Amino acid sequence: MAKTYFTEDHEWLRVEGGVATVGITDYAQEQLGDLVFVDLPELGKKLAKGDTAVVVESVKAASDVYAPVDGEVTEANTALSSDPSLVNSAATSDGWLWKMKLADESQLEGLLDEAAYKAHIG
Amino acid sequence: MTGDDSKHLPLEDLHLAAGARFGAFAGWSMPLTYPAGVMKEHLHTREHAGLFDISHMRLFEISGPGAEALLNRACPFDAGALEISQSKYTFFLNEAAGIIDDLIVTRLGRQRFMVVANAGNADADEKHLRQLALDFGTKGDFEAKGEFDAKVDALDRVFLAIQGAEAWAALSRAGIETGSLLFMHGFEPRENWFMSRSGYTGEDGFEIGLLEAEARNLVAKLLEDERVMWVGLAARDSLRLEAGLCLHGLDITPEIDPASAGLMWAIPKEVRASGAFIGADALRAILERGPAQKRVGLKPEGRQPVRAGAALFDADGNPAGHVTSGGFGPSAGHPVAMGYVLTALAKPGTKLFAEVRATKIPVDINPLPFTPHRYRKG
Repeated sequence: MAKTYFTEDHEWLRVEGGVATVGITDYAQEQLGDLVFVDLPELGKKLAKGDTAVVVESVKAASDVYAPVDGEVTEANTALSSDPSLVNSAATSDGWLWKMKLADESQLEGLLDEAAYKAHIG
Repeated sequence: MTGDDSKHLPLEDLHLAAGARFGAFAGWSMPLTYPAGVMKEHLHTREHAGLFDISHMRLFEISGPGAEALLNRACPFDAGALEISQSKYTFFLNEAAGIIDDLIVTRLGRQRFMVVANAGNADADEKHLRQLALDFGTKGDFEAKGEFDAKVDALDRVFLAIQGAEAWAALSRAGIETGSLLFMHGFEPRENWFMSRSGYTGEDGFEIGLLEAEARNLVAKLLEDERVMWVGLAARDSLRLEAGLCLHGLDITPEIDPASAGLMWAIPKEVRASGAFIGADALRAILERGPAQKRVGLKPEGRQPVRAGAALFDADGNPAGHVTSGGFGPSAGHPVAMGYVLTALAKPGTKLFAEVRATKIPVDINPLPFTPHRYRKG
């Protein structure tokens, strides 16, 4: 059974079998506006919590998306290369950014659940 | 986000009601986007009509027997050659021929001109004019008096732009006929109104300065028309960038002269040769030796935008220049940018590389504009 976590930096993680699918929240995509490019991570890249994993670019600006936990990139959402607007239209489903194998599942305990995230964005 | 000291638009309540997202620009809290989003706002402007609140820009009226002479001193152009209702794009230059601001000057009458200046430079512009005008008629500060027998008034107006293929039709439906007005012409259709056929999107369009109460009426009428939608500063920026138009503060600055910026078309030949404008000697010296760098359009390969500040390199990895404006062009369908490169490289087709996050992205020097201008010239 997959469990979903959130960060204060407006990312979501869906964790199943030690692998997290990561994306940005609907609130974040709304703040960014229409995305025109997503700079995806290379497969096998080792990310430490807080590293820039992905850069999402709107018409106007580039914004970093940070790794919410430590891990290794196992997949990137290549559908975004041809259609970055998927992040706007389906931020929490088809607009996912990358998948990573978790290095330390105990890091998940420090993340927010949905209720706490909703309180965070007010 | 906007601090307490930012200036607020007189129509801010209308933007809030329309769901605008605000951001700081040139000391103002400005609508950046509306719920439609920058992409739709941009495309809607080109296809139909976009309504922009540009009240952050400042209108100056310059009048009096010395108005023409004052403008000929302040700007590298020939105010005397302007016919009534004709507008010209020009600049204020400093002594080094750097661009203090770019502006549009329109002759309203024999001894009266309207100057439209950028928000971020309005105070510098005011100071510049104050040094020249004998009678600077605002805010009671008369300690500095210039030599020209002219009066300068900063007008308190709401300033709206309506831009796009259907702008004229939407204005007509709102009771404002634009029929005989051509691109780069302006006049006073009513008391305290100033209207010109101009804009900063590359499209046909109009800019209207008017008092707040009348502006509220006009906005209400325009927004009843489904061809018209509010468009924010984000799309204004992508529209002007596709149109190859300079944004002061990025593409042109007090350190950049009109020759490097590729804006010499705005300076008539006789003025170049013998005009007594501020910065004339410096500009002539630059023209004589040739500018070291030139402004060019840049088209990045692929979809990744290349933005202001990115360094440019030639094929051998030598520094070639830098990007001053960049983003995505919704109508062009690809990233678009502008920047300065060494004069020898400033030719369409030259391949360069922009450094973005430690990778080098190939960029082609591209003719400007990226999208053809559609001005109504006659």
